[in-house]
Amino acid sequence: MSLSIPAPLEAELDELVTRYPQKRSASLMFLHTLQEHFGYVSPEAVEWTAAKLGLAPINVFELVTFYPMFRQEPLGKTHIKVCRTLSCALAGASDLRKHFCEKLGLDAKAHVPQTTPDGNFTVEFVECLAACGSAPVVLVNDTLCEKVDASKADSILAEGKSGGAQLRAAGTLSK
Amino acid sequence: MSATVTAENKPAPPPVERIKVKVDGREIEVPKTTPDWQGKPQATTMLQACAHAGVDVPHYCYHHKLPVAGNCRMCLVEFGTPVMDPATKKPALNEDGSPKIARSVLPYEPGTPRGAIACATPISPGMELYPGSPATAQMREAVLESLLINHPLDCTICDQAGECKLQEYSVEHGQAASRFVETKVHKPKAVDLGPRIVLDDERCILCTRCIRFTKDIVNDDALGIINRGSYNTIAAAPGRQFDNNYTLNTVDLCPVGALTSKDFRFKMRVWFLKETKSVCPGCATGCNIIIGSRENVIQRLEPRENDAVNGPWMCDSGRLDYKWVGASNRLKEVLVGGKPSTWQTALSEIGSRLVTAAPGSVAIVGSARLSTEELFLLKQLARKFDAITDVVEHLGEADRLLVHAEKAPNYSGARITGLAYTEAGINLPRIRAGIETGSIKSLVVVGEDLVAAGFSSDLLGRLSLLVVSDIVPTPTTSIAHYVLPGCAYAEKRGTFINAKGRVQKFMKAVEPPGTARPEWEFLHELVHQVTGGNGYSTIEGLFNLLARELAPLAGLEWSRLGDTGVTVTL
Amino acid sequence: MPQEYRLILKHADQTGYTPDIECYLRHGGYEALRKALATTSRELPDGKKQSPQEVIRDEVLKSGLRGRGGAGFSCGLKWSFVDRRSGKPIYLICNADESEPGTFKDRQILHKDPHQLIEGMIISCWANDVKLAYIYVRGEFPQAARIINQALKEARAKGFLGKNILGTGVDLEIHLHRGAGAYICGEETGLIESLEGKRPYPRIKPPYFPAVLGLYMCPTIVNNVETLCAVRHIVSMGAGEYAKLGTVNNTGTRIISLSGDVKRPGYYEVEVGKATLGELIHHENFGQGLRPGRSIRAIIPGGSSSKVLKAGERFKLKRKGADGQMTTVEVDLLDLPYDFDSLQAAGTMSGSGAIIVLDDTRNPVDVLANVSEFYAHESCGQCTPCREGALWMSKALHRLTHGEGRKSDADYLLHIAQNIQGRTICAFGEAAAWPTLSFVKKFKAEFEARGAADEAHPGKPPASH
Repeated sequence: MSLSIPAPLEAELDELVTRYPQKRSASLMFLHTLQEHFGYVSPEAVEWTAAKLGLAPINVFELVTFYPMFRQEPLGKTHIKVCRTLSCALAGASDLRKHFCEKLGLDAKAHVPQTTPDGNFTVEFVECLAACGSAPVVLVNDTLCEKVDASKADSILAEGKSGGAQLRAAGTLSK
Repeated sequence: MSATVTAENKPAPPPVERIKVKVDGREIEVPKTTPDWQGKPQATTMLQACAHAGVDVPHYCYHHKLPVAGNCRMCLVEFGTPVMDPATKKPALNEDGSPKIARSVLPYEPGTPRGAIACATPISPGMELYPGSPATAQMREAVLESLLINHPLDCTICDQAGECKLQEYSVEHGQAASRFVETKVHKPKAVDLGPRIVLDDERCILCTRCIRFTKDIVNDDALGIINRGSYNTIAAAPGRQFDNNYTLNTVDLCPVGALTSKDFRFKMRVWFLKETKSVCPGCATGCNIIIGSRENVIQRLEPRENDAVNGPWMCDSGRLDYKWVGASNRLKEVLVGGKPSTWQTALSEIGSRLVTAAPGSVAIVGSARLSTEELFLLKQLARKFDAITDVVEHLGEADRLLVHAEKAPNYSGARITGLAYTEAGINLPRIRAGIETGSIKSLVVVGEDLVAAGFSSDLLGRLSLLVVSDIVPTPTTSIAHYVLPGCAYAEKRGTFINAKGRVQKFMKAVEPPGTARPEWEFLHELVHQVTGGNGYSTIEGLFNLLARELAPLAGLEWSRLGDTGVTVTL
Repeated sequence: MPQEYRLILKHADQTGYTPDIECYLRHGGYEALRKALATTSRELPDGKKQSPQEVIRDEVLKSGLRGRGGAGFSCGLKWSFVDRRSGKPIYLICNADESEPGTFKDRQILHKDPHQLIEGMIISCWANDVKLAYIYVRGEFPQAARIINQALKEARAKGFLGKNILGTGVDLEIHLHRGAGAYICGEETGLIESLEGKRPYPRIKPPYFPAVLGLYMCPTIVNNVETLCAVRHIVSMGAGEYAKLGTVNNTGTRIISLSGDVKRPGYYEVEVGKATLGELIHHENFGQGLRPGRSIRAIIPGGSSSKVLKAGERFKLKRKGADGQMTTVEVDLLDLPYDFDSLQAAGTMSGSGAIIVLDDTRNPVDVLANVSEFYAHESCGQCTPCREGALWMSKALHRLTHGEGRKSDADYLLHIAQNIQGRTICAFGEAAAWPTLSFVKKFKAEFEARGAADEAHPGKPPASH
């Protein structure tokens, strides 16, 4: 099970390494870039990153398991991160998450990230997204949605079902 | 060869400036710097200063031979620093003339004492340390309470019981009952970390000693912490094994029962073990070890700290290579012509036959596994018969840490005694040729299988006298006229001289099987018999004798070797 | 009348103002940098000579600028600690890991005026002989990451970055680095470890003070986004003019993040100390008060880790009278000037400038449970008191808010929190402990009542949450 890295992606990764005096520093940016490309960080991606940066695999695995933004398995095409922290909680984040879950047939009580069986949506509670003035907020893929009420939530779901072009920004984040 | 004898390889370091601090009210003077884990001088820490005062500061993550982590917080100690008068920039004084001391407090809550981690906080002149204060005691108690909330409270079934720092400190510094009423965090149990190590993550207190050891000492970044916060877990990467030649040191380092040795785990309670100081015979490094035995059986080997040799470490292959000592196939009786006999019969016959041997017709092959005393006695025999001598060379892989390419403990002893030359094994072809041509008719072999060393059975069969001592049957013993059962290093006393010239004692841990005897004992009898010379019946006397005769060891005495040996110039 | 004073956010919300470099240049962008680069060395009254770089550093020190990330430490002093004799490179890192719950000010700068930050950084790098700098943007800001990357490209294309910037012979490169969801990366040594590609475990101090042993064990400056923007204005205006903004020892402007139970939550840039906590919440220029019929129950004044203030609390503040004499005045919570020192005098902190208002419909037990869950999730787990204590508190609060409380849980929580603060490697210990210590102490009756109610009715369904 080796990882197939297209040449442009590898070139992008190689460029990232040049930004740091020490290769290891590129780990996080590597993982972001690989996750953007493959949708998650597979064990092969961990091994590949380690080899590329001259690290032991555990050095990379330590990061993947520490930072919650890294995923070890594929998630839904539309990834809905509902902010759980105080200002959003005061503005009804709990009900909002419940709304998403119920509409998608997910368990509203489970606190772990959940993905719909069709692989279209993942809903999870995350910590503060730093947009507390427009609570409750939701990060849908790369797009921040503010003051999300039930009707906004429904349009997020509708857009997700229709392919979610609006919710996905083009290009990778490392460039 | 020089006759200089020094306690260490290195010259004595220059004297270090000393500063005064107080430990629980007692003023002491301590060096301003102390060697760190790599031996580099660094500012002396609070923990080291307390040690100078004879005060042990409890700790988990700190280890004197590992980089400082500062994560367990067990060594928090309340302290005070001299107050400076801002106007005069001189120490402020109390009314009685004593220096004014500001006790450490939280900056945002001046009524609450604050501790500093003694392992990483440097001392400064006039500092006061309060390892015995109520505030320090409270900090320790709190850390212990935290460490125990998610830790299984099942010491009765834990393998670490008896050498567990968590258990020990809880008794000494902990509180009777935990306040914790929540559900514990559950983590993986009995994780197969590698071929020799099992990890119980629930017992782990995340001190990271194992991680730092394998990364910074072994240079094998095999372990890490995965997950986050309370769910932090020690692990190897998925699909990877913790498998270098030093993994078992992490079991010694682990202050709790998280890392266990597959070889030893749940074998027995450690307090049943008899501990004997010894030296690993696996290679020419001569790591200092402790043999743990019970009822005459070796149960485990552990490294014994010696900065001149192995620090606190040893390799896994050395550590696990002890089962042969108690093997069932050990030679247990003297054989004469293949038939059981007695020591008296065998030794007197061998003596008489050697005495009548023609000059130059005797050869002696010893072993670098023998003690210096035994090699010395063989050399005495050789001198008497003008025998050609050597030892067999056993070479293998070396590594950058402890493992030496010479796979026996006493090549230096073989060279110093003159039984072998600079290059061990260089005489073996001559001996072989001598047997072939018939010029060598008598051969004494101690501790080696010459068939494995390239002497065919047929060739050896041409000898008129073949005396072989070993501890297990070999192709060579099977064709010997006399077989003398010898002892493993753990069954006798003696010295080995390592590759760097460290002369080190090893002590007897277990009894030899049957009528097997230490080689030095029967060789001494043989030498006495053939030379008529006076001898010593004790190992101490024998060592002192050889030390007088062998220039590199001049001035040494058994009693001066201590537990960690003395380095001589080779 | 208290009102906004927009210095850093002057253009950010203007119609037609865009984050691209042309727009920034049209608005006087990079003029402060040119001014800085044109600084000449000067001789001090004592005969000592200051290099142009030293002049800028001195200006920043004299401006009284205090760090806007949370600790409020003097920026000029922080720079003065940098080991400039080590012979090692000096690094600068912009901390754009805005993670303290309630805070959303840096987001505005990153999204709307990225070049202002970059200009502030270039000046700061030049003044500190930094040749390589990073902007550490939290992972949850993907849009900001794109914008910053684009802005860096533009700045490079215009010669503000790269080799021989603006013909000065000085090289400078700035790169974006992304986090991946960890509050602890806001702690400067945790951030440094993260930037080195490691788990963001804060370093022990001593010996690892960033000014001496920071990134790659080289001297390193870590400054918040807003702080670095302020440097640009200090250079532009001169330290003297900048210091006239705000109040004594609390100079300049700060962007306040206001959220929770107010009618008009949002970010407001004010002169430090020129508006009170009450004004920020109630005044029509700011929060515009609470919803009808509600009253304040409590205020979290400086991000969720700051100690909560309870409605009705009164504090003693030292003030300099017209005659220059210091007098002590007692003020109501709402009359506290919103500045570093007043909040500290009130036993809390202005932290990251994030005010979260809690009205009288909020139960402090539920609020603390929410806050505590955040810190349990974000504890890196490196050191014992925080690793074990943060989750312990959260579990206890979960129990207390789910029908299984005990009256004694109030003291139980205080016990746990007291054993975290001051015992940990980094200030996260305080961040995790302070909410508990302050909420439980100030609302003890509510905590005990919740537990007592559960004890009186064991097995009742979980309380609403």
